[in-house]
Amino acid sequence: MSFPIKPDPGRRRFVGHSLLALTAVGLGSTGALAARLDTRPPALDRYQPVFFKADEWRFIKAAVDRLIPADDTGPGALEANVPVFLDLQLASDYGEAASWYMQGPFVPDAPSVFGYQLPYTPAELYRAAIAAIDAHCRKAHGDAFAALTTADQEHVLSSLENGDIQLPDTDRGPLPARSFFGFLLKNTKEGFLADPIYGGNKHMVGWKMLGFTGARASFREWVDQYDRPYPLGPVSLSGEISR
Amino acid sequence: MVMKKKPVDVVIIGLGWSGSLMGMEMTDAGLDVLALERGNDRTKKDFLYPKPADELKYGVRLSLMQEPRTDGVTMRRNTQENALPQRHWTTFHPGTGVGGCGAHWTGVLYRATPTELTMKSFAEKTFPQGFLPEDMQLQDHGVTYEELEPHYDFFEKIAGLSGQAGNLKGEKIKGGNPFEGPRQNPFPLPPLPRTLTDTLFTEATESLGYHPYPYPSANASQSWTNPYGMQLGPCNFCGFCSNYGCLNYSKASPQTCVLDALKQRQNFSYRTNSDVRRINKSADGKTVTGVTYIDGDGNEVFQPAKMVFLCSFTLSNVRLLLLSDIGKPYDPATGTGVVGRNFTYQITGSADLYFKHHQFNPFINAGGSGQVIDDFAPDAFDTQKHGFIGGSYIYTTQGPGGAINGIRVSPDTPAWGSAWKRQAAAEYGHHMMIGTTGSNMAYRDCYLDLDPTYRDPHGDPLLRMTYDWHDNDMRMTEFMGDRIRDIVKKLGPDYHTTSFHQVGDHFDPSKYQSTHLTGGAVMGTDPNTSVVNRYLQHWDAHNLFVIGATNFPQNMMHNPTGTVGALTFWAAKKIRSDYLDNPGPLM
Ligand SMILES: Cc1cc2nc3c(=O)[nH]c(=O)nc-3n(C[C@H](O)[C@H](O)[C@H](O)COP(=O)(O)OP(=O)(O)OC[C@H]3O[C@@H](n4cnc5c(N)ncnc54)[C@H](O)[C@@H]3O)c2cc1C
Ligand code: SF4
Repeated sequence: MSFPIKPDPGRRRFVGHSLLALTAVGLGSTGALAARLDTRPPALDRYQPVFFKADEWRFIKAAVDRLIPADDTGPGALEANVPVFLDLQLASDYGEAASWYMQGPFVPDAPSVFGYQLPYTPAELYRAAIAAIDAHCRKAHGDAFAALTTADQEHVLSSLENGDIQLPDTDRGPLPARSFFGFLLKNTKEGFLADPIYGGNKHMVGWKMLGFTGARASFREWVDQYDRPYPLGPVSLSGEISR
Repeated sequence: MVMKKKPVDVVIIGLGWSGSLMGMEMTDAGLDVLALERGNDRTKKDFLYPKPADELKYGVRLSLMQEPRTDGVTMRRNTQENALPQRHWTTFHPGTGVGGCGAHWTGVLYRATPTELTMKSFAEKTFPQGFLPEDMQLQDHGVTYEELEPHYDFFEKIAGLSGQAGNLKGEKIKGGNPFEGPRQNPFPLPPLPRTLTDTLFTEATESLGYHPYPYPSANASQSWTNPYGMQLGPCNFCGFCSNYGCLNYSKASPQTCVLDALKQRQNFSYRTNSDVRRINKSADGKTVTGVTYIDGDGNEVFQPAKMVFLCSFTLSNVRLLLLSDIGKPYDPATGTGVVGRNFTYQITGSADLYFKHHQFNPFINAGGSGQVIDDFAPDAFDTQKHGFIGGSYIYTTQGPGGAINGIRVSPDTPAWGSAWKRQAAAEYGHHMMIGTTGSNMAYRDCYLDLDPTYRDPHGDPLLRMTYDWHDNDMRMTEFMGDRIRDIVKKLGPDYHTTSFHQVGDHFDPSKYQSTHLTGGAVMGTDPNTSVVNRYLQHWDAHNLFVIGATNFPQNMMHNPTGTVGALTFWAAKKIRSDYLDNPGPLM
């Protein structure tokens, strides 16, 4: 692997999920940045999800591992703690669609140019869709998504992406597989590439993969240095520096 | 129960660009001025490093923007369709809070050309009868470039504008834009340093015989102290610009250029979380008496005022006029009425170029840095030959910036898995964009009104946008796509993709277009086709002034805010010289 990542220290000041969840849930508040300074990203297997239930958590870990796998290019979504990011996002304002216009009437089968028109918040969409996909997998493949082979998981994800799987309606309306897949993929990439204060992009692995500089944000003397790769690695909002 | 506040001379609705500039003018005139802003207070402190360097919060979740939950908009393409609300913003990003959109805009600060302010006259003298479609509703602004020039000049000094003049008192200057109207003064500051994309674009367009020039940028190239005594520092190309507050006191905004000066004035005050719901009319309807707003504690408050300035951005400007029943709503069936009429938008397109051997370092960018040609402005070439009226500027800007928003991969790449990862890593930093920003003519069936179905938390109807693209503008953008392909050919990327609308395409609100929403309360010299007169005074209520890009009778290719600022000063001058001593209709 070409990306040196420091292993998690055996002892960490950060225990369990509570501190990270507390700080990251208050995303809007300005005090949150300072509070996050002493958090250390948790090891994924010790993290206690605040939004996802146990079976959903297994689904999420398996799905993001397929969407952004660890490979020759570098670490994947699991090393980056993308599941932690998703968990915290869905437990926060974003998951609740707090700023969205969510008054009816809903026209879920509107043409796609009208954008998102489903009655579910992102949190509700994940909850309903994961249960439905696991049910589909049990029926079609004999087990929940997380227990399938890598090839079967990829097949299921492709079918969601293309809308080839018809998820059953909920009591609030249709549950389009493609809409859910769109959220899952977009949010997974966000978790891989957003600042680590949001729980993912652990040790900035996503940024290092791209050559993105994170929060450096000062480049005046580099503007006219054409075609010269920028020499420094990323820094994060909480001051983590990579070499 | 409605609380009643002590009367003031002036109420300004909305403390963004136009509201804060008008605040300076009216306090200068010695009036007691109160600004009511629906959003939170925001000072430069909110944007100190490293807070803005947060792509998820500002660039993806758009946390500085107006919330659809409280201020939504519904959309449809034609009067037969049922409009649906934008559940979360996709097609535009309207702002809220002190500074308005001006707190997080990009900073491309243009003047209109003389022609762009007189499109109807231009069309009449340029095109044969019957050339333009019957449902196109062109109008002159009613104010000329010569009249606005001193006000553009002053606003550019307020903003510390960086750039290169191309037309100084009629003398053409190489390296500037030869198609611009004559400037009385050079730019306050020289252009920003040139990026690799700027340089490549310059070489390619010059070799095609075009006239490239630096984007007029309200990201300061050097230190600047403006006429209000406010200081800007040189932009450091931080890469978190459009959609972000500036972490460096470099991007012109109400915060960096106006508000600290304004707040020191004894005769100015402002209240935040004050959501204006209605403009109150007098019994005879000939004047307004003040405004009614809901304060942060949920109280309904009546604020009496001698004059009201509606400076709340296109969407709220039109909606408040409709909710307050001031002026006749536009009816597309009969073509009568004015409020909501001539709503226009911006026609854009772009190309994405991949160069294996170039490293662009795309995180090194400033929103307003870039290189442009105006060779395809509406009056710069024979558009009639190509079957349209209008034009676009063609530009490049360093980017796409960011990590989440900045990834581009070749079109055959899967959207996920190892193949996506490999391509994302390999191609990052090797892409260049070339885009067009184009005019949009006004049409009989494009307008704003109140939605019959969807309501806000107060029970008021949402604003409804009925809007689609028309063949004239699609032919224009198709033509620009071809010009961009010429430039791409010169540049010779390893591969490229283009995205341009075509004749027959329909407006797609699920994709970002721009936040240049214009019209709906247009200015003019005829009360049958405009909401305000040429001094931005409401035709029906003489002590109400409506200000913003909402005044544009059709949209120009050049970004709106330079003209919004100039119009603000233009109206202020007339108010100070004529109206205050002798209140009444100015026309
Ligand atoms: C991301 C982005 C990039 C942009 N880039 C450019 C660019 O490069 N060049 C350019 O020329 N233009 C650009 N624009 C547009 C530019 O920001 C606007 O043209 C400009 O800010 C308009 O000024 P304004 O005073 O009309 O509105 P604003 O600056 O938006 O101010 C309006 C204010 O009114 C308040 N308000 C609204 N309704 C109410 C109410 N009911 N009660 C109380 N207050 C209310 C709002 O909260 C807001 O603060 C951009 C916009 C965005 C969002
Ligand atoms: S790029 Fe320049 S102007 Fe824009 S936010 Fe950064 S420092 Fe400010």
